[in-house]
Parts: sequence; structure tokens; C-alpha cells
Amino acid sequence: MSRSKTIYDKIWDDHLINTNDDGTSLIYIDRHLVHEVTSPQAFEGLRMTNRKVRCPEKTLAVVDHNVPTTDRKNGISDEESRIQVETLEKNCSEFGIEYFNELDLRQGIVHVVGPEQGFTLPGTTIMCGDSHTSTHGAFGALAMGIGTSEVEHILATQTLIQRKAKNFKVNVGGTAPKGVTAKDIILSIIGEIGAGGGTGSVIEYTGKAISDLSVEGRMTVCNMSIEGGARAGLIGPDEKTFAYIKDRPRAPMGEEFERAVEYWNALNSDQDAYFDREVYLDAAKLPPVVTWGTSPEDVVSINGEVPNPDLIDDESRKETKKSALKYMDLVPGTKIKDIKLDVVFIGSCTNGRIEDLREVAKVVEGHHVNENLNAMIVPGSGLVKEQAISEGLDKIFMAAGFEWREPGCSMCLAMNPDKLLPGQRCASTSNRNFEGRQGFRGRTHLVSPAMAAAAAIAGHFVDVREFTK
Amino acid sequence: MEKFKNLTAVAAPLPDINIDTDKIIPKQYLKTIQRTGLGKGLFSELRYNDDGSENKDFVLNKTQYRNAKILVAGDNFGCGSSREHAPWALLDYGIKVVISTSFADIFYNNCFKNGMLPIVLDEKEVSLLMEETERGSNATLTVDLESQEISTSDGNVINFKIDKFLKHCLLNGLDDIALTLEKNADIKSFEDDVKSQRPWL
Repeated sequence: MSRSKTIYDKIWDDHLINTNDDGTSLIYIDRHLVHEVTSPQAFEGLRMTNRKVRCPEKTLAVVDHNVPTTDRKNGISDEESRIQVETLEKNCSEFGIEYFNELDLRQGIVHVVGPEQGFTLPGTTIMCGDSHTSTHGAFGALAMGIGTSEVEHILATQTLIQRKAKNFKVNVGGTAPKGVTAKDIILSIIGEIGAGGGTGSVIEYTGKAISDLSVEGRMTVCNMSIEGGARAGLIGPDEKTFAYIKDRPRAPMGEEFERAVEYWNALNSDQDAYFDREVYLDAAKLPPVVTWGTSPEDVVSINGEVPNPDLIDDESRKETKKSALKYMDLVPGTKIKDIKLDVVFIGSCTNGRIEDLREVAKVVEGHHVNENLNAMIVPGSGLVKEQAISEGLDKIFMAAGFEWREPGCSMCLAMNPDKLLPGQRCASTSNRNFEGRQGFRGRTHLVSPAMAAAAAIAGHFVDVREFTK
Repeated sequence: MEKFKNLTAVAAPLPDINIDTDKIIPKQYLKTIQRTGLGKGLFSELRYNDDGSENKDFVLNKTQYRNAKILVAGDNFGCGSSREHAPWALLDYGIKVVISTSFADIFYNNCFKNGMLPIVLDEKEVSLLMEETERGSNATLTVDLESQEISTSDGNVINFKIDKFLKHCLLNGLDDIALTLEKNADIKSFEDDVKSQRPWL
């Protein structure tokens, strides 16, 4: 019996090895990305049980979280970071896994590297011990973040034990106005559904505003699916997707590519497929947005003000939002545009790709970073950096007073030396504004690259649509 | 993995919503290459003052909750990062059960891999437990996995739901990699099928 299916249903069915009576299923994992932070205990587990990596050729490792973004030819000075990086290198060599080290041109943030290498393909299952694995869903892949025990499970078996999640459709219709980017779309979605709104679900993003996005913009949207609590985010593949993949180092070539495209085209959700839940947003009505609090759901228009938590009925929610304001050192009613900044961070797996850097260059060319703040640009990978240099973007950035760094996760989670100091306020293109995320007692406002760039010049938030030279 | 059957212990209330894994275990503790020893970093930015002394206002530093092995927490507990260091830190501190109205999916999964039991209850039930545990002297709860029951000092009994497979693994302390390796023939035959159907993989 055949029935209408969503893209998630189709990928699930094509990876199902078997299902128990209670619905617990064993699914096959096509691609496994590994980095230094969440893998050492998994490899140690393999050693202790005398197990091997089942499919080293389906595994790709890269170092990203701990690497300094300054010159690293002389090694990593922080001892713990160095040990973690060396441990990954040793583990990859012992278990036969391909590894990009910190000096490799292909090195970068794991979720920038996978797509760049053509390792990320439509219709595949892609797992990584990192919650932002949802990024790869932009290609119509089922991509999920997992814990270290599950990393070990995949290394040993190339499978995962899962239960099927619910289908959740987020339909974004209309045309996004100029200055409203993929980042504003996904932040607005999270503002709408809440930080736990997608729990237990796989979100499929559909609608004109989503298909209008470039593949890189779609990666930004899918990247933050986890910030809305979703198990994964997906966008059906189209010609843009196939064009992005074609001729990448690990992508299928020639006839095999044509055959793959045929399969990929058939993955899209059937017209009458059933979704457990649907939400609609009109992109035409969205403004550029900024987060004011310590959860990605705390979203407000650039033209808005800091909300008043006293107006919230639910007691736990009210108290949580009050303590968020205290942490952020903000008072209700403050205009977002009046918030002054100490630091601007541009980078991360959310917004560290070439198109993000081009957007930033467009805004900052001929301007200079405000004298009261420090601004830093960290490309998502060595290849992104190389491309930016070939386009002359590095010169624009440096002339404008930005620091231009080496690739890595950097100040998105501040495991390397790039950290906010206590009390510093940052406009960041990353994905999390949690307490202490970018440095102990640091304060984070999430924005798009264009908004971060404009704020770096002005010294406070500005509406990028009104930002003139 | 250690078995989980039942637990009678002090429960600490943590009513904030969206308690993220960065809050449970901040990034500076993620540089370890081991699973153990993370208890000292649990909630560290809430637990300690800037000079390293204990923050007296934080719930786990209060006399009646110091030995808590159960947390009753606000909605969407464990959101954010996939770091298994979050359950490792809770476990290393001694916490084996977390009760909330909802959990982030990855955190929820990670708990079961470490012999810990996350319990989802409805809003009313969590409020009731929150109220009881906030009265320090009534903070003891008994959680029994076999019967799927939580009993409180005030004599309330609350039933909870749990996936049959996860319950079975917890009760018996099963290693799910070993279980999966028993299905090697199925995995092999799946791989052979994919080779002919999707040869580009």
C-alpha cells in the first residue's frame, strides 16, 4: 500500500533496517562527521570494547571548536585544547578516518566543510556529535545532532536506534523585503514557535521565501532548527541544490550524478503528504530582527523595544525572562536601536560562508568600525577564506578596521581564546545567546551578517535598510 | 551501563524554563577527553561566585538540597548543544532523575545512554512536585521505574509514561551497541541493497 509521504518519511523509509513492535527502529547512517570535542570518549569506548570503525570511508573528521583563529603554525598554546586536538588526530590515524587538521586548507567548521566537500548529499542520513548538524538539512538530507554515546554507536555499527519523529511544516510564503535575510526568517520562526516548539519533530521548511533563498541561505535556516527544539530541519532539493553539489570533491560525477539527481528529485514531499503540525509566516511582513534575551526565542524587530516580562502570565516564564533581562542588563521599553555594543562577531556555522562575507563587505565598504568596539570576522573554512581573498573582501574588511581571522568556531562558543569579557555586549551572527555562551558573563544579541556589519559601523543597532553610506 | 530500578532521594526544584546545556555544563569543561569528573562544573556559573566561593542562593547549595539526586525542572530542560557532558556532569554530581514538562530531544536520548531517567509529566503534575519540593522538608521523592510511579512525601502518587525499549535497557543496564551488533546480518544486507540502488553513496 503506498501513501503520500513527506521528504522525511521518504528518507526514513529508505534508511530503515528494521523496526521492532514497539516502534523502535534501526536506521542506517550514510555520512558521519566527527570533531574533537564530542568524539574522544567515543573512540575510547571502541578501544575498551575492542571494536572497530565499521565504515571509515563514510566518516570525515575535522578540527574546529578548539583551534585559535590567529596564526597557528606554532601550535596551540592552551594545553587542554591541544590535547583534545591531538587526540582526534591520533584517533583518526588509529581507526583509519580521513582528517583535516588545523593547517589544512579544507579545514573549517564541520558544517561548512561537509557541504563544501560534497560529503553532504540530498536523501542521505548525516549525523554528527554537534547539535547544528541540522545545517545539512538544507540539501534535503536527514541531518541530526547526537551525543557521544551515539557517535560511538555509529562508529561501531554505522546505524542508530531511533523512533520516528513527527512531521512539522513551516511554510514561509511571500517575498522577503530587502534587508530581511535567511537569519531574520529563522529567528522569526523561532520567535513564533518558541525554543521548545519543534521538540519531537522534524521541520520541513517550504514556501516561496524558502525556495527564493540560495543554498547557503537555506543552510542558515536549517542550522537553527535546533534552536526551535526540532530534531532536524529539511528543505526539499531543487536545481539550486544540484548546481551547488555538482563537481564538489566527494559528489558523484558524470552518469552517476545524473542518476543521483533523478533519485534526489523524487525525494520532495508529495503534494497531499500529511503533516502533524503546520505553521505559516508571511516573509513580506518580516523586519530585520535582534534577540534581546538569553534564549533564541527572545526575538524582536530592529524597530521594536525590549519587552516587559511583567506582562507574561505564566509564572516560570515570567521569572525566567526577568532574570534574562537582568543578565542582559536591559530594562523594558529600551529601544533596540539605542543598545550600544562592545564587540561584533561575524562567523560560525550559521553565518560564516562566502555569501555572508559578501553581505558584510557590501555594508562596510568605505566605512570604519566604530571606535568604541572591536569587530572580528572569522571565515567558516579555509576555502571560504581563500575565496574571500580572491574577491578582495579581506582588503575591504581590514580597511574598515575588522580583525580578519583563521577559520573555526571561534566566539560562537568561545572554547578557543576568542571570548567576550564579563559584561561585554556583542552583536553576533552565531546561533545561541545563552548565558555565558560567548564568554563568562558576556551578553549576546543574535543578528544577520548585514545587521552585525551595520552595527559595527554605528556602534549600536541600526536598521540595515536605513543604513546609508 | 548501570541499571536503573528505583530511587528514593531528595529532589531539588529548578523552575526556570529553557535551562540549556551551556548552563548545565559551560564550555570550559568540554575540553576533557574523559566522561568522569564533570560534577565540579555542573551549573558552575550559577553555583559559584566570581571568587570561586559558593553562591548561597543557588538551590543545590542550600542545606536541604545538597544531596539531591533528583531535579524537578521547568519546561524544555536540556535545550541547546548536543554535549553528552550535560548528563555526565549531572550524573557525576549524583543526579540520576530529572522531571520536567519537556526535554530537548538530544539531551533526553543522552540520559538513557548513561543510566539516567528523564521523566516527562504534564504541567499540573510538575507544578505539584515543584510545590512539594520547594517545601524543603518534603523534598524526598521515590521513583520506581518498573511500576512507572513517583511517590511524594505528601502521599501523592504520579504515574509516568516511558518508551518500552528504553525502559527495558535501563532496567537491565543494556549496552545498545552490543544489541545492534547482533543485527549485523541485517545491516550487511541493507548495505548490499544500497550498493545497487544508490551506488553513488
